[in-house]
Amino acid sequence: MHAKAYAQGVVAGRLEASDLAAGFVDLHPALTDHEALVAADRCYFCHDAPCITACPTDIDIPLFIRQIATGTPDAAAKTILGPNILGGMCARVCPTETLCEQACVREIAEGKPVDIGRLQRYATDGLMAAGLHPFTRAAPTGKTIAVVGAGPAGLACAHRLAMKGHDVTLFDARPKPGGLNEYGIAAYKTTEDFAAREVDWLMQIGGITLENGKALGHDITLQELRAGYDAVFLGIGLGGVNALDAPGAEKDGVLDAVNFIAELRQAKDLAALPVGRDVVVIGGGMTAVDAAVQAKLLGALNVTMVYRRGRDRMNASPFEQDLAAARGVRIITNAAPVAVHGNGAVREIEFEYTDDALVPTGETFRIPADQVFKAIGQTLAGETLPDLEGRKIAVSGAGRTSIIGVWAGGDCAAGGDDLTVTAVAEGRDAAEDIHTALMGSTG
Amino acid sequence: MADLTTDFVGIKSPNPFWLASAPPTDKEYNVRRAYEAGWGGVVWKTLGEAGPPVVNVNGPRYGAVWGADRRLLGLNNIELITDRPLEVNLREIKAVKRDYPDRAMVVSLMVPCVEEAWKAILPLVEETGADGVELNFGCPHGMSERGMGSAVGQVPEYIEMVTRWVKQNTRMPCIVKLTPNVTDIKQPAMAALRGGADAVSLINTINSITSVDLDLFAPEPTIDGKGAHGGYCGPAVKPIALNMVAEIARTPEMAHLPISGIGGVTTWRDGAEFMALGAGNVQVCTAAMTYGFKVVQEMISGLSDYMDRKGMVATSELVGKAVPNLSDWQHLNLNYVAKARINQDLCISCGRCFAACEDTSHQAISMSEDRTFTVKDDECVACNLCVNVCPVEECITMEQLAAGAVDPRTGRTVKREYANWTTHPNNPGAVKAAE
Repeated sequence: MHAKAYAQGVVAGRLEASDLAAGFVDLHPALTDHEALVAADRCYFCHDAPCITACPTDIDIPLFIRQIATGTPDAAAKTILGPNILGGMCARVCPTETLCEQACVREIAEGKPVDIGRLQRYATDGLMAAGLHPFTRAAPTGKTIAVVGAGPAGLACAHRLAMKGHDVTLFDARPKPGGLNEYGIAAYKTTEDFAAREVDWLMQIGGITLENGKALGHDITLQELRAGYDAVFLGIGLGGVNALDAPGAEKDGVLDAVNFIAELRQAKDLAALPVGRDVVVIGGGMTAVDAAVQAKLLGALNVTMVYRRGRDRMNASPFEQDLAAARGVRIITNAAPVAVHGNGAVREIEFEYTDDALVPTGETFRIPADQVFKAIGQTLAGETLPDLEGRKIAVSGAGRTSIIGVWAGGDCAAGGDDLTVTAVAEGRDAAEDIHTALMGSTG
Repeated sequence: MADLTTDFVGIKSPNPFWLASAPPTDKEYNVRRAYEAGWGGVVWKTLGEAGPPVVNVNGPRYGAVWGADRRLLGLNNIELITDRPLEVNLREIKAVKRDYPDRAMVVSLMVPCVEEAWKAILPLVEETGADGVELNFGCPHGMSERGMGSAVGQVPEYIEMVTRWVKQNTRMPCIVKLTPNVTDIKQPAMAALRGGADAVSLINTINSITSVDLDLFAPEPTIDGKGAHGGYCGPAVKPIALNMVAEIARTPEMAHLPISGIGGVTTWRDGAEFMALGAGNVQVCTAAMTYGFKVVQEMISGLSDYMDRKGMVATSELVGKAVPNLSDWQHLNLNYVAKARINQDLCISCGRCFAACEDTSHQAISMSEDRTFTVKDDECVACNLCVNVCPVEECITMEQLAAGAVDPRTGRTVKREYANWTTHPNNPGAVKAAE
């Protein structure tokens, strides 16, 4: 047992370097050539395949798997990347168990779907490792487009526009492009700096100028962009977080899970990253699981995830829930935070049990905590945005907002799941719509 | 418990599963392992005449065709007859037969087409105590270039002549192994019968090129950039072999000619099928080369269980049981009408039946929004393609329409009586039914 394993408070270096490295290995390691052939052989090449329908980007999955099975993985990669330029990242982070693999007929037949996600990674990794970018730009159109946000939606939109021959300026508030791919996903899902490598690969299309450190509303305004470009695409994600409405929520050690995840993703040395001994994560989504599991992997002794509704309502998929449980995270459901206790810094957090209608039962309990991560939802941030629908930007058709010449997609836009793959589809489709709007139907 | 012992042309063996003349039976070491594993008999790999043995290539001698998960479906080889000295083989045959007197030991032979050559070798084989000889008139590669193997098997007159020499020069039962590389398998079989053969065995391997190396532009297996055709065997050839066995079994003149069935026997079921079509026993090679000798244990238990289920006590009850049902197309009942039925509980909604029917057949399957697949009886011709492409066993079946029912496709009432093409009004040569 490492000396710092039981140390109270928020400290760094709880684990030996080797244990840290072992914990943060690739969650779904790459398939070997042999494994890929065995996995590909299981595909039935279904008619009008349910897996395609389940994919938000409509990748022709049976075709790419057949291309792998017949020894042409680069052709498979082109089949994937055509509709989904971030097919490499989606292969890593998609909740395939609720998308393509859930729809796989072999899931129905045997409870064991074709390993679609990992086959997709096999094909796309191979192409990227060979340094091949299989798309080329059309003749220049002379049109300029501002894409705000270099996350999945913005990247997909920018790439498609660049392919069509437009000149794209891609703005992002953060120092690096990639959005949540770079800052917001558990490290074990995208190892070896994949998010950055994928952006570099994507940029090979040409015609995209990257402007990092440019935040909408601070360094650039929508008004300026509308005046300076032929069209604007907003893929700004959800920059804010929901506040924890409980006494003591301002105490030290009560943090936003997204910041913890971002810090971890950017950390040069995980051993230098401090983590509590007793960590509580509030929330039941993917962000909550990413925070809880990574806290555990950093060496937190006790990690508890607490969700206010029942397990069936958790946004984290059953696979993610099992992953958390397997890594030693305790999951408590039907409990809502009512108070944060501690003298300056958090020492305990108090919850009250709720029924399925979220009605408090009056029964409370406390959990020791020297670190609390809030993962209770993100919100759209910014002013002078197009009209909203609920708390997101209202869109019609392929991402058209209330402002002529401004499109939106990804997490900031209303409708669709907040998934990488959904953002890619929305960015891509908005690009097609922008192209049509700028060039006319003959374009 | 069913009794699996067989008596094939007087050669007794504890079960009908023999190893065919091939690499697995080339040496004492292998054959002892085979007998220990439970094989009922072996046909020792083909011996040539005394003197310097043949030589084999020193590069790859097998090529393959695979199914899903690299399951070996077809194997092709360019190996010749035994490349070990005759006296070594004879010594080993004698030793093994002595130690396993209850197992069948047949020796495969291939010597030049002159009587002296056969006269010379037969007594040597007899002296080993072997139970019989098999004449290799089937090997389609290498040896055929020297006027032996299939070069003999493709000329019925040669088969008859050599068989007669053999019968005149030995008391041992003589099995003639036939090549499938002919137009009509009945001709060589009849020739063997005329020559006095006690039995025929078939099929030997089929002329084949398994694949082409698309970098070297050479057939595989490739030897120094060149390839020669080989002999094809394994599960892929079973349908061809079954048909050839059946052709002989249903020919009245050969009704009593014993047949040793060979060609892709991989499971007990394959063996039972050959036997039902008239084979007195079966010979196996590729299954053993793929999985090792232990596979025979499944063949034995499977055949035994099957015979028990059918109430069969002896293998003779199974042999030829399907032969009376072998027919010509023109005699098939055109009043038999069936429709495909999809079991919705078993269906996994892959849609392969729909794609097959819609794209390549009769547009007789409908597909709903929620991927429910339903047979359109008014279009279904019962072709069976949907059954064949469905990945789930028994999910799609063919159901006979009862007599008196109306076939929605034709609007005609299904007739109870049998009627075939020979009397069909559309047949210009139809036999007019008696008035």
